[in-house]
Amino acid sequence: MGKSKNWRETLITAVVRTCGYSAVVFVLLIFFFLLREGVPALAEVKLGDLLSARWYPIESHFGILPLLTGSLIVTVGAMLIAIPFGIGTAVFLSEIAPRWMREILKPLVELLGGLPSVVLGFLGILVLSPFLRVFLNLPTGLTALAGALLLGGIAVPTTVSIAEDALDAVPQSYREGALALGATRWQTIWRVTLPAARSGVLTALMLGIGRTIGETMAVMMVTGNAPVLAIKLTSIFSPVRTMTATIAAEMGEVANGSTHYHVLFLIGLVLFLISLAVNIAASSVVFKSRKRAERVLS
Amino acid sequence: MVNLALAWAERYQAEHPEVSLSVTGGGSGTGIAALVNGTVDIANASRAMKTEEVQQAVANGINPVEFTVARDAIAVVVNPENPVRKLTLQQISDIYSGKINNWSQVGGDDRPIVRLSRETNSGTHVYFLETVLRLGDKTNPTLFSTDTLLLPSSEGIISEVELNPNAIGYDGLGYIPPDLMGSVIAVARDASGPFVTPSIASVNDGSYPVARDLYMYTAGEPTGAIKDYINWILSAEAQTIVADLGFVPIK
Repeated sequence: MGKSKNWRETLITAVVRTCGYSAVVFVLLIFFFLLREGVPALAEVKLGDLLSARWYPIESHFGILPLLTGSLIVTVGAMLIAIPFGIGTAVFLSEIAPRWMREILKPLVELLGGLPSVVLGFLGILVLSPFLRVFLNLPTGLTALAGALLLGGIAVPTTVSIAEDALDAVPQSYREGALALGATRWQTIWRVTLPAARSGVLTALMLGIGRTIGETMAVMMVTGNAPVLAIKLTSIFSPVRTMTATIAAEMGEVANGSTHYHVLFLIGLVLFLISLAVNIAASSVVFKSRKRAERVLS
Repeated sequence: MVNLALAWAERYQAEHPEVSLSVTGGGSGTGIAALVNGTVDIANASRAMKTEEVQQAVANGINPVEFTVARDAIAVVVNPENPVRKLTLQQISDIYSGKINNWSQVGGDDRPIVRLSRETNSGTHVYFLETVLRLGDKTNPTLFSTDTLLLPSSEGIISEVELNPNAIGYDGLGYIPPDLMGSVIAVARDASGPFVTPSIASVNDGSYPVARDLYMYTAGEPTGAIKDYINWILSAEAQTIVADLGFVPIK
């Protein structure tokens, strides 16, 4: 009896461990593939050219700065929308809405998250961009702003779902303690509940950022894909070209092994590294705050 | 060319059910790259293969053979509300390279110009760069202005031109829908020359300056089913399909 139990235990432990390690292995394999295909670009194109401001690959202008700034401005814009709306909705659902409303609204928000991004892109071309052109008196509505609005809308359901779960997991005793000390409802939410749920909320935001920076189809349809250097504040009202849209639009036409091919993989590598950096930053904050909480409890 | 290739494939398969044809889009660059990589039998291209591409193909053991299967006019089109209907090649070149930024500089209203173009993988894009922006001069270094919107499909361009009064776009004549045919620009080689609108007649007699050949490339001299298909495409029946879709037949 003991022996068969042991055998089953070992087997299950091995299977679970393999699954866990395989996640790391796959990520490492992808990273090495990107390195192998992207690093030759650093040898084939001078660094000065790579950091120039003109992206026109069919005539060997490989300046990736416009693409980098394009992705960044759209992501920052999207997060400026997703953070208040996402956290606000999560707080509303978990702290303020009555139970019956929460039961209806939460599935609806998750349904919104299931919308394919290409459908939103389509709505963006036909509805959002003419509206922005008329409303803000811009030359064209196909701008970084249209992209940021759509991406904010895409990131919100993800953020709400996870942040709301995190807020819900905060023990009721924290809220009761705060209210007993005379805090108002807002003070309780802002000073007690949200900080207690910090790790979950940060995870929600990181997932939102990850989704935003990797979004391809919707941005390809509404940002205009113009490789403009988007560094001024007003650049949000001009067309931009994101890294993801560049890879999607151009990967089909490159000959295997050409310089253009390597540069596109370099861009993919840059995207990968940015996501990695965002995740590492988030984990370090999460783990730091957990350690402090453990100290307080002991 | 994808519409044309699809129409041909459909008709040919209806008449020859034993042959199976599959057509995918993606631009001339994609098709030529696929031929160079050996993954397709025929590449449709709205531009000629570049020397480097031919060299790459030969290095892969593939000898590309070129067939001219139709001709096409590139129509420059503006929003129906825009009063401008005539432009010279130089003016179009200056608009697209960023030298002219306001419609009032070419006789229109005081509006900013929004330039629309196909993506860089499109043969139409490359042809427009060489023939219009660079006026046929291979040494001319003019490039598209960086704020030119590069839209991934013809539908994107048509949609934006229909909705945005500031827009100017270009595409093959076959892709211009009936509601934009009234706002196609008449182009002249220079300020003194006649302003010609694109049509089958003006392409065939050479008066429309922005016309080009459409090609099919095969890997080596075609044999068997591929040869029969290409011969059929050069026949009168397939060329009527060319005219129906708004392109120019080769005869």
